[in-house]
Amino acid sequence: MRYLLRRLSHALLLLAGVSVLTFLFTALAPGTYFDEMRMNPQIAPETIAALRAQYGLDKPLPLRYVSWLSSLLQGEMGFSFAYNSPVAPLLLVRARNTLLLTITSTLLAWMVALPLGIWSAERLGRLPDRLLSWGTAMLLVIPDLALALGLLVFAVRSGWFPTGGMASIDFEALSVFNKLRDLALHMILPVTALVLSTLALLVRHVRAAVADVLNAPFLLAALGHGIPKRTLLYRYALPAAANPLISLFGFSIGVLLSGSLLIEVVMSWPGLGPLLLEAILARDLYLVIGGILFSTFFLVGGNLLADLLLYWADPRIRTESNPR
Amino acid sequence: MRVRRALTRWLVVLGLLHGIVICAGFFAPYDPAEQDRKSPYLPPMRLHLLDSQGHLHAHPFVYSLKLHKGSFDQYEEDTTEAQQVKFFVSGAGYRLLGFLPSRRHLFGTENARIYLLGTDAYGRDQLSRLLFGGQVSLVAGLLGAGITLLIGLSIGAVAGYFGGWRDTLLMRLAELFMALPWLYLLFAIRAFLPLTVSPLKAFFLIIVVIGTVGWARPARLVRGVVLSAKERDFVRAARGFGATNGYLLRRHILPETSSVLLTQAAILIPQYVLAEMTLSFLGLGVPEPVPSWGNLLSSLQQYSVLVSYWWMYLPAVVIVPFFLVYLGLASSLQERGDAYKIETRSLGNLT
Repeated sequence: MRYLLRRLSHALLLLAGVSVLTFLFTALAPGTYFDEMRMNPQIAPETIAALRAQYGLDKPLPLRYVSWLSSLLQGEMGFSFAYNSPVAPLLLVRARNTLLLTITSTLLAWMVALPLGIWSAERLGRLPDRLLSWGTAMLLVIPDLALALGLLVFAVRSGWFPTGGMASIDFEALSVFNKLRDLALHMILPVTALVLSTLALLVRHVRAAVADVLNAPFLLAALGHGIPKRTLLYRYALPAAANPLISLFGFSIGVLLSGSLLIEVVMSWPGLGPLLLEAILARDLYLVIGGILFSTFFLVGGNLLADLLLYWADPRIRTESNPR
Repeated sequence: MRVRRALTRWLVVLGLLHGIVICAGFFAPYDPAEQDRKSPYLPPMRLHLLDSQGHLHAHPFVYSLKLHKGSFDQYEEDTTEAQQVKFFVSGAGYRLLGFLPSRRHLFGTENARIYLLGTDAYGRDQLSRLLFGGQVSLVAGLLGAGITLLIGLSIGAVAGYFGGWRDTLLMRLAELFMALPWLYLLFAIRAFLPLTVSPLKAFFLIIVVIGTVGWARPARLVRGVVLSAKERDFVRAARGFGATNGYLLRRHILPETSSVLLTQAAILIPQYVLAEMTLSFLGLGVPEPVPSWGNLLSSLQQYSVLVSYWWMYLPAVVIVPFFLVYLGLASSLQERGDAYKIETRSLGNLT
């Protein structure tokens, strides 16, 4: 319990730190949303000043941070200049889409990587293992951007998948089942791109972790007792190798989040990525801050989840945190 | 021994690839900004040895492309005249390595133009743009990695050597930076820098932004090395003889970090090249008309280009070897580092 509380407070501190940091960066920014208005002779400087005052941009930084914090507590996270509405609802819709994408691809990537890594570790140094190592190396060096664009070119030329967005035009008219089908079809491309972009890394780590454990004496003993190979690998070796893999799980969420930012833009998936890009180009201050905080929140959440899993999987942590 | 041989091999290949990009002016047939307005979106030309009558030629040649009858963007080969590919031809002027003026190009044709990777919307040669774009992207990667390692080294050294509150503060900060999804962080910093600036300024801005984002991981690694190095006997002995902090760091402790720094460099450079590509692709990086690997691909964001002109995607394929070689280099460097560590540990056991 103490362990969990410690991790939780750590996560909260991290989030607070990130919010301060992003605010600091915004203070260093030379431009604001209202700069372009200044160019327009039809808008009086007083109007701009009034607008700045209305959004609180004329106040010093610490005050702005405090007022932003209070708006966070009211569930608003500041006010978007471009959309003229609170930031949080805007982000929530997009965040849902991003989460849909990242969670699906995280699960899929791990479901593929675990058996593949174990299979490879079992044949360490033999031909299939070496082929797979080459394969993952190749996958590792193909940039995400090239991967996503390549998939897109493939989809366009084959015409098998829809190539952008999240839903067909007639989405609203479809029955529930067809809606799901439509969504799944639209998800295929971005999910494939995301899975492929992390798969190589995961397979390599699973292979290394399992191969490390396979040499352990207790596994040799188990083998000597005649325990079947499959039970040996999945029931005995995998839990022993789980520790570094669970940490990797938290890390993989971060990789996927960064990756999804780009892939969402390339494949025009209506997630956080395109919104953030738009906000950056328009210098929509609070939307940018909100977007970054949301992604950090997911990342920290993923790491917290990994910590929880670790607590559940590794008895050493449990005994360490419960003093006798 | 095996590790060292692999290392040499990767370094040689890396040197070759970089050499080609550095001497882009020589290897590229045209100037990257030179427009051929009459032939936008020309598909890649094929190198031939057999002509349309079935005769074998000693020199490779290409056919010029002409518009397909009744179409305005479909090209076909004009098989009436073979355009021989000549080597070491004279063409557009450039400065080799930035200062040697020259007009000599590795290959070219005399009467027509040759586009081995096709052309873009303005009829610019994609191959030339790819080669010159490499200069921008690779320099961004190298300088960015240099900045990161410099920051990482100084912060890691301070944290590891002096310890105490400095260590706690800096490592908490590092944790903060590592908690941010790095692409988002890159965006965040870029977001608040001026959007419309001259290409050169944008270029250096990008480098500084990319370079400052990634300092946390190298700093932690350096700190670890410094922590163990400062307890070594020879360091204590030197301190006993009255060596100052600056001297100890410079002479005894920082040299220990070289292996870690090299490995990190091999990991960071391709990562930063990628970062530059991503930013430029999204229009936040190096702007046109200067080519970079990112903005070469950015035309693919238009659906029509994606559908009709698949060769615009070729640059993405051509740059993969760079990343492959860097990965190979990084893993051999890591292996070397491990071997070195094992060596010193066993020596330590002996004494």
